[in-house]
Amino acid sequence: MGPILVVTESAAGAVRSTSRQVFSMAAQMAAAGGAEWTALVFEPCEGGLAGPSRVLVLAEESAAGYDPETYAAAAAEAARHVRAEVVLMAATATGKDLAARAAHQLGAALAQDCTGFGLQDGRLSFTRTPYGGKIITEVELETRPMVATVRPRAFLPMDVSAPAAPETFRVKLPERRMTVQRTEGRAADRPDVTDAAIVVSGGRGMQGPEHWPMLEALVEALGPTATLACSRPVSDDGWRPRSEHVGQTGRTIAPDLYIACGISGAIQHVAGIAGSRCIVAINKDPEAPIFQVADYGIVGDLFEVIPELTARLKASV
Amino acid sequence: MDIAVCVKQTPDTEARIVPAPDRRSVAVEDGTWIMSPHDETAVELALRLRQECGGTVTVYSLGPERAEKAIREALAMGADRGVHLSCDVMPEDGAQTADALARALSGRGHELILTGEQAIDTQGAQVPQRLAMHLDLPCITAIESVDVGEGQCRARRMVEGAEECVRCALPAVLGINRRLAEPRYPSFRGIMQARRKPVETVAAALGESGLRTVAVRSPAGKGAGRILAYDDDAVGVLVGLLREEAKVI
Repeated sequence: MGPILVVTESAAGAVRSTSRQVFSMAAQMAAAGGAEWTALVFEPCEGGLAGPSRVLVLAEESAAGYDPETYAAAAAEAARHVRAEVVLMAATATGKDLAARAAHQLGAALAQDCTGFGLQDGRLSFTRTPYGGKIITEVELETRPMVATVRPRAFLPMDVSAPAAPETFRVKLPERRMTVQRTEGRAADRPDVTDAAIVVSGGRGMQGPEHWPMLEALVEALGPTATLACSRPVSDDGWRPRSEHVGQTGRTIAPDLYIACGISGAIQHVAGIAGSRCIVAINKDPEAPIFQVADYGIVGDLFEVIPELTARLKASV
Repeated sequence: MDIAVCVKQTPDTEARIVPAPDRRSVAVEDGTWIMSPHDETAVELALRLRQECGGTVTVYSLGPERAEKAIREALAMGADRGVHLSCDVMPEDGAQTADALARALSGRGHELILTGEQAIDTQGAQVPQRLAMHLDLPCITAIESVDVGEGQCRARRMVEGAEECVRCALPAVLGINRRLAEPRYPSFRGIMQARRKPVETVAAALGESGLRTVAVRSPAGKGAGRILAYDDDAVGVLVGLLREEAKVI
């Protein structure tokens, strides 16, 4: 199999965890196909990168801050430079956008948001879960190169501590015609909702934003890999920020553990959480559809159940 | 302002989606066909912009005969006219869709082209970008709020762990997220008027698909969950199950 290129997202000189997950997929694919793999980074990254056969760092004069058009052009050029057969990125908002643009420049077919790959008799396929996770498809891409993005948390992040010698990648990029103002979120004490191993999510049953400290206490008790999310009505009513909304029109997540508190479980909500390994529902209505997709559930008043759950988790640590 | 909105007809979220007998394609059972929700919000945005700045809203949809219903829905919401890019089967590869839309839109002089950031069925998430690149226009996607005026647009995007505000000149292609606005319901008058609004039908020029589905399966059905009634013991049992059985804490 031909070379693999991973287009890497970083923030403040550190490779994002979602991109380190793509490294894991690339390493597995490279091992299965006897291929080389290269990482393209848009800024020098601390600690270097272990794993890839090569590391390309976009030259500073080319980089000059993120802009989707020029970064996509750089990614496409890098794919040509290493003669990539496969180009991989993380299926984040930024990754999916770059992937679509780079694929178009490369005349390549694109599979977004893949959860895995298969390699049989030299044929590479990607696994996808379209229709809100109601169906699983295996797709082959018939162009060379081909482009795919990898769903966050589908692979474990690769450790990138040991350095590899980076090569500076110089490329002439098109004129900029967009201005992007990007404010990195403050170094959050909690992981992003797409990146958290445990997600505690509140719905209308929480009755109001004033009751969220109860969920925050539960998140605290679950440790540093846990974070908060919410259902759509909760973000529509402004109880919680829109970035926490999971569901068909919000974020798609796949944590190890999803705890739905006072969420009825409308099909649009379930579409965003279907990839979760374990779903726990807490709701006073035994008929709530969330119980049909839950692995475990408690039918009861969440204002009693949640504090008890928090207390028991704290007590047993 | 002359605005184009590209909409896709998809099965509604209640539809049963199963492998077709050949196990290589997807079958849609007992669903109704709707306009994809992100696209519906794109129509809503177009109507609001027309109200602010005047102009016309043209709705494009690629698909078999039934896709005309999605166009009529947008006309009932208030769009002015429709273009149905007719084909026998809905293409699976977003690159084909973008290509066919670009041919239809090219030279029509739209100042703003709106569409959903992705369709809820195939979730291909590539049509706005590819369409923009065909037309050599800037493109912003995953938009949750936008200001348009004086030949410019300024959009706020949804990205992980950051706030992003992007500006570009018009004409441009914008990929809209549902959260930008809740679409209006068509009024009875709107539905009546929609019947008389012009819909042009053009044969779509579809290229080759670069994507081949080789296998389709349903997700492994989870067994019925362990649902406990809340009593003295329930939370303790749950913690035990999460620890010992699911091993997730």
